[in-house]
Amino acid sequence: MAHVSDLIATDIESYLAAHEQKELLRFITCGSVDDGKSTLIGRMLYESHMLFDDHLAALEADSKRVGTQEGEIDFALLVDGLAAEREQGITIDVAYRFFSTEKRKYIVADTPGHEEYTRNMATGASTADVAIILIDASQGVLTQTRRHSFIVSMVGVKRIILAVNKLDLVDYSEEVFNSIVSDYHKFADEALQLDEITAIPISALKGDNIVGASENTPWYEGQSVMEYLESVEVSSTSQSRSFRMPVQWVNRPNREFRGFAGLIGSGIVSPGDKIRVLPSGTESVVERIVTWEGDLEIAGAGRSVTLTLADEIDISRGDIITAADSPCSSADQFQARILWMDEAAMMPGRQYLLKSSTQTTSMTLGRLKHRIDVNTLEELPAKVLDMNEIGVCNISLSNRIAFDSYDEDPTMGGFIIVDRMTNNTVGMGLIDFALRRAENIHWQSMDVTKQSRAEQKSQKPRLIWFTGLSGSGKSSIANILEKKLQAMGRHTISLDGDNVRHGLNRDLGFTKADRVENVRRVGETSKLMVEAGLICITSFISPFESERMMVRNLMENDEFVEVFVDTPLEVCEQRDVKGLYAKARAGDLPNFTGISSPYEGPVNPEIRIDTTQVSAEKAADLIIDYLSKA
Amino acid sequence: MQDRMTHLQRLEAEAIHIMREVVAEAENPVMLYSIGKDSSVMLHIAMKAFYPAKPPFPIMHIDTMWKFSEMIEFREKMAEDLGLDLIVHINPEGQEMGMNPFIHGSSVHTDTMKTQGLKQALDAHGFDVAFGGARRDEEKSRAKERIFSFRNESHHWDPKRQRPELWNLYNSRKNNGESIRVFPLSNWTELDIWQYIHLENIPIVPLYLAKPRSVVERDGVLILVDDDRLPLKEGEEPMMKTVRFRTLGCYPLTGAVESEADTLPDIIQEMLLTTTSERQGRVIDFDSSASMEKKKQEGYF
Repeated sequence: MAHVSDLIATDIESYLAAHEQKELLRFITCGSVDDGKSTLIGRMLYESHMLFDDHLAALEADSKRVGTQEGEIDFALLVDGLAAEREQGITIDVAYRFFSTEKRKYIVADTPGHEEYTRNMATGASTADVAIILIDASQGVLTQTRRHSFIVSMVGVKRIILAVNKLDLVDYSEEVFNSIVSDYHKFADEALQLDEITAIPISALKGDNIVGASENTPWYEGQSVMEYLESVEVSSTSQSRSFRMPVQWVNRPNREFRGFAGLIGSGIVSPGDKIRVLPSGTESVVERIVTWEGDLEIAGAGRSVTLTLADEIDISRGDIITAADSPCSSADQFQARILWMDEAAMMPGRQYLLKSSTQTTSMTLGRLKHRIDVNTLEELPAKVLDMNEIGVCNISLSNRIAFDSYDEDPTMGGFIIVDRMTNNTVGMGLIDFALRRAENIHWQSMDVTKQSRAEQKSQKPRLIWFTGLSGSGKSSIANILEKKLQAMGRHTISLDGDNVRHGLNRDLGFTKADRVENVRRVGETSKLMVEAGLICITSFISPFESERMMVRNLMENDEFVEVFVDTPLEVCEQRDVKGLYAKARAGDLPNFTGISSPYEGPVNPEIRIDTTQVSAEKAADLIIDYLSKA
Repeated sequence: MQDRMTHLQRLEAEAIHIMREVVAEAENPVMLYSIGKDSSVMLHIAMKAFYPAKPPFPIMHIDTMWKFSEMIEFREKMAEDLGLDLIVHINPEGQEMGMNPFIHGSSVHTDTMKTQGLKQALDAHGFDVAFGGARRDEEKSRAKERIFSFRNESHHWDPKRQRPELWNLYNSRKNNGESIRVFPLSNWTELDIWQYIHLENIPIVPLYLAKPRSVVERDGVLILVDDDRLPLKEGEEPMMKTVRFRTLGCYPLTGAVESEADTLPDIIQEMLLTTTSERQGRVIDFDSSASMEKKKQEGYF
């Protein structure tokens, strides 16, 4: 390990004294196999003179055996750890690498970049101060670049090195570099919350701008990757936040001593400081900061200490000691961002365990508000989260916990989700904010459930959603259907355009936005009906696929039955029961579906009825048939 | 106002945090003590983590009957000085058959005395969590191992089924039959260990320091004549050389290096200027570069 310092050979004591003052910087490298990520890390180890001769010899041998550089040293082999992965040529897990320079010790989280490894990247990013996002100069900003950036930004990394790699493949072109950087800013400045983006043109393979300035890029005057890492300010933000110490363990060696052991998560503490314990809210004063070396006068975030207090108050593991003048809040219901990490999908309504700081409690995940496509950052409707998917939902805990929002204080706002059956860590969560109870009355756990209500009625609750043009025959069929169901002893309710628009939705008109809101309200109302165990029948034109999809997603599997009353426009217009088509044609009815507003027919409805072929009576029978089978 | 911390202070705080999490959540934890430098650092940090209480768990040494005699003396002294509960386990089957690496070979010896011995001891005492002093920088498969590393009923490690470790939140919930190895020094490097020993004046086995010792050279490796069980081959003549050890294990399987480094700063200086890694002195790692991963999957610590 030939460190480049004369002091080592000449004056080891001074060298050691200087090195004891080194700081720690943790960073993550993001990029896919082809971006040269492993090559970059291997190169940094090599350039920092961190490789032993026997490692180098093994590397040279491995490069010849399985390397991808035609017998030349393949730096990527240095970091692709497990045997299976090395044979496959991919990195599948998080590997940690270490090196140190004159100024700093570095811990590198090396994580794979494919979409299916989003969870590994989030794991690596959760402890990183800085992220290096690799871009292949010959490819430019890709979907995966956006994905990597979004994940590290979500987990709270504020500083990014944009390493535009493989510049040798584009003749070290300044134009290519500038255009990639500008593309990246267009995306990142709007979509991400970053403090700093530092773009550096590099070639990991050739060693350009890794340690020093490269002769191949005379037009680039900024820092090399290592120069940046050496000089970037190591985050002191955790100590400038309000004091928080989660209690890990109560230290009671004898009757005289009672101390509270923990790692200070945020802020600074000194003897004499007023503290408040959460969730109980009890207050006291710090008496001593006890350590093996002796009592401390001051201790900040990152230090493991044992506090004693002036008063005898009841504190146990899971309590949080906070500054009395700026305590955190406590709550049992939150909105959170969730990244799912398990092969078994996240199930809303299921109970899991939550661990946040030293607090563990049982938790129910609510229905998803939406899921975020990590590639496009679009918000999409979703019922479940599969592995590596990110979504937003409400969570409800069996006990109150002390917390801050993740953006305010990551140590108090991050949590893991543990499956009660498999005991695996199945997800990570970031608390956005607490919910007021009033907003979540439905979260109260109830012994009377949808299932019990439905069982009482001996039926399966359903939402039968009729869609089709005005005059297509929706209401007629719905009427007959409901009569038949009631005759069969079923419990039903009908919602249609006419009865809803006179009451619940009388404030809505017929613009696109109003139509969307109309369907949303009907969807939510229908959901309540289904919760009540009823078979709910709705007849609305509901012209847009996305809104019908939204309602479908409100329901559980098999509950939503979409019935497409497929009557051609000419036929509807011919029938014109209410004289609406005539008015619309005359221009007296704006935004009339089929005439001046589009109708998007369902692609895969559960049932399609062609009213030019079957009667309303027959159509109702077809639906009953379907219900009895499905 | 700021409380500036050096990298060693951060690493120490992290290790303390990990140990306390285990004590708070485990039913019956134990600290494995190999008597080497990493174990010495781990034990020292355990003394700090629970101060003024003593570490609320025993320490356990898996003895192979072939450790350097100076290691055993050191072990007894440390346990007494620190007032700790020390458990020593020797695989009785190995003891009965007179396990001898010179006769049975190094891999049978290591598997029987170390790997099987460890499993026996953990099962016999019902320990559910065992601290170990392994570091991620030692070897490639270690680089991916979690701080809380799960073992199934047969103590096997499955690198493909590791739980994600986010922030500093550790999930210590076990399934039936599972146990956990916890590595508080995961993020330390060899240099960090030595620097910390130096800074904190942590006692270490004197074998780490150079002095004239009686050795024989065998297959390019210097083996210490630690006791009269070392069979001399033809033409082998014990000779006095000034040597020290970069790593400690069973004396027949651990090579010495010629060195004049007889103080800690000298050791660190030598390490920084040297060009081979510490594991090179370990005979068991010579076979193939994936051998550690295989051993670990079979239950080697």
